[in-house]
Amino acid sequence: MAGLVIEREVLIEAPAEVVWRTITEPDQMSQWFADRVDLVVEPGAHGDMQFGDQGGPVVVETVDPPTRFSFSWNHPREVNPEAGNSMLVEFTLTPEGGERTRLRVVESGHELRDWPDAEKQRYADEHQEGWGEFLDRLGSVLAKPSR
Amino acid sequence: MTTQVDDELWSVITDPSRRQVLDILITRGEASAWWLAGQVPFSRQAVSKHLVVLEGAGLVSRRKQGREVLFGVDADRLHHATRAMAELAAQWDRRLDTIKRLAEKTHAATRTQATTRKRKGRQS
Repeated sequence: MAGLVIEREVLIEAPAEVVWRTITEPDQMSQWFADRVDLVVEPGAHGDMQFGDQGGPVVVETVDPPTRFSFSWNHPREVNPEAGNSMLVEFTLTPEGGERTRLRVVESGHELRDWPDAEKQRYADEHQEGWGEFLDRLGSVLAKPSR
Repeated sequence: MTTQVDDELWSVITDPSRRQVLDILITRGEASAWWLAGQVPFSRQAVSKHLVVLEGAGLVSRRKQGREVLFGVDADRLHHATRAMAELAAQWDRRLDTIKRLAEKTHAATRTQATTRKRKGRQS
């Protein structure tokens, strides 16, 4: 079963060690990701995230400081995350000089098949644009962005 | 596992010949694998393989017309895919901007502290 991936990146004026702490420390994660993050940053560790009044599990996959950090989320609470039931978020940190870091994020596991019909209907009403444009837009989302 | 899944996901669209098949279907509406093979510089087998992958991704669907099998782009799905992916990408852009702001603030604070310490060191 195939899906789509999102790939984005940003250039940060700070060393990789600082960026690493920002993306991995739970009190920092709660500022850019969920409202609350309970997590031990160790491979295989199970944690919890709270988005408003919604909560969900998170499982740490890769911890390779200060270059690679990945976790799975959006899977049902009682099962382990795997391809098809969860989303995988992978961060890669690349130093560009001592004081600058390129941070890249890849989120995979988005399925086209499983979108609800109501959602499809919502967009089906807006079909005036040409297909070429849709594909260009899809391509531009999927292509590697340069920021 | 991760690498294999990612490869699979990426290859749906980033493969240039697969993208070509999808492009032709978008322009043409519907076509048979046989007709498609006449439009592209690769083999009929390759076209069939691309169609299977695109179908698996939910971007293309097939229907039977007489003895022919016609492939077409699933309009709703493609449109929805574009919109949903763009929204998710924008959400990640916002998260990355916040990470950038937090990290640069922390870094600037550390640097100021270091400079102050150095200055104090020189003074004493």
